[in-house]
Amino acid sequence: MFRRVEQGGPDTCEVVFDGRKLALPRHTNLAASLLAAGIMSFRKTQVSGSPRGPYCMMGACFDCVVKIDGETRQACMETVRDGLMIEQVHGEAGFDE
Amino acid sequence: MEADYAVIGGGVVGLSVAWGLLRRGRTVIVLDGDDGSFRASRGNFGLVWVQGKGANNPAYARWTRRSAAAWKQFSSELEAASGTSLCLQQDGGYDFFFDDEELQQTVAKYERLKAALGGDYPFEVLGHNALKKEEPGIGQDVIGAVLHHEDGHVNPLRLLRTLAAEVRRLGGTVRTGCEVTGVTRPDSFRLTCADGAVVEAGKVVLAAGLGAATLGPQLGFKAQVRPQRGQVLITEKLPGLMKRPSAIIRQVDEGGVQIGDSNEEVGFNDTTTLEVTARIAARAARVYPALARAKLVRSWAALRVMSPDGLPVYQQSTAMPGAYLVTCHSGITLAAAHALYLPEWLEGSEDAPDLAAFSEERFDVQAG
Repeated sequence: MFRRVEQGGPDTCEVVFDGRKLALPRHTNLAASLLAAGIMSFRKTQVSGSPRGPYCMMGACFDCVVKIDGETRQACMETVRDGLMIEQVHGEAGFDE
Repeated sequence: MEADYAVIGGGVVGLSVAWGLLRRGRTVIVLDGDDGSFRASRGNFGLVWVQGKGANNPAYARWTRRSAAAWKQFSSELEAASGTSLCLQQDGGYDFFFDDEELQQTVAKYERLKAALGGDYPFEVLGHNALKKEEPGIGQDVIGAVLHHEDGHVNPLRLLRTLAAEVRRLGGTVRTGCEVTGVTRPDSFRLTCADGAVVEAGKVVLAAGLGAATLGPQLGFKAQVRPQRGQVLITEKLPGLMKRPSAIIRQVDEGGVQIGDSNEEVGFNDTTTLEVTARIAARAARVYPALARAKLVRSWAALRVMSPDGLPVYQQSTAMPGAYLVTCHSGITLAAAHALYLPEWLEGSEDAPDLAAFSEERFDVQAG
């Protein structure tokens, strides 16, 4: 499990991850804050359906992709802001017609 | 003598030949370059491809088809021995067209080749609607495709890794970081590496890709190979979007869509350019419009190994008998033939394939 080293202030944003409301510290790294909130599986792989989460945390591995407003995004490249609607990618990445 | 054969080059071409020789009971040392070498085996597109090859040279079309037909046996043997799937799929492949005139020209070319091959060249033309039934994701601009039933693709990185492992398992030696700088033949062959190591072997196979141009003349070969750059993109992992590969787009077994096919004569430069990557991405999105929303994960470039006429070269040295040049730009497609049939040629056996059409003599300057 991940634990936040610096305790953030009271300034949080409300985001939704797969229908679940979360209060995450404003302006922090989205992948890090989701991990700190106890979310380990960000998506399921396209081929085998096995769970995946952040690996490189620097925009290279694409294992942390989530869907934000219908677009696949790397969570480690996103910043926590108000009203983020985040969904796991289940095999329909980028193609919700 | 350390081995019956020294194979210079540890890419797919060299390893396929080495595996085939080991399988035939020969002893083999493979000498591979280092991370600074240009390695087409690590950057290629993974096609096992028939259509278009040898359109003006039926011997090349036959050799390509013979290899494609042997691929299933080749991959089954490697898979059974290694327990690794190579993800071979040979269910046909497309050449897409946006322009009817270009389609008709290609069909005419294939009909001529089909006649030269005695009527055996299984392709069909799919109009837009027929293609849409096969590939529902196809875009409006695609007027049709040539579907060749012998085309397919494989995971080329799994192939490379499996071949290297199987060569070692069969008792072969693969020395990496071993750039061969000199070859002499006092009695058996003596190969000197840049690090000072010396390897002796009864025969030598030069399968060093672009490196053959430097080393080839020492062995009595013309070895006229030049680099031709291809740029490649790969998307994030996507759900099944296409049934069959084409020369410009394929969905790999892990889900990513690989986009490619550019040809540039820029020397030993394997960097990518925005202009070309943008152009091939736009073309891919025209074929499969949903790709316009896919995220790209990586782009890279690799250098094809091209002979003057684009065909493979198989040549025994007259200056140094027992030295053989093996080079081609289609190392994946031809891997099965290199593994299963080329050893017979190297061994001079009765059922050796007739490779006269691929000798270096074809490059001799014609008088007058």
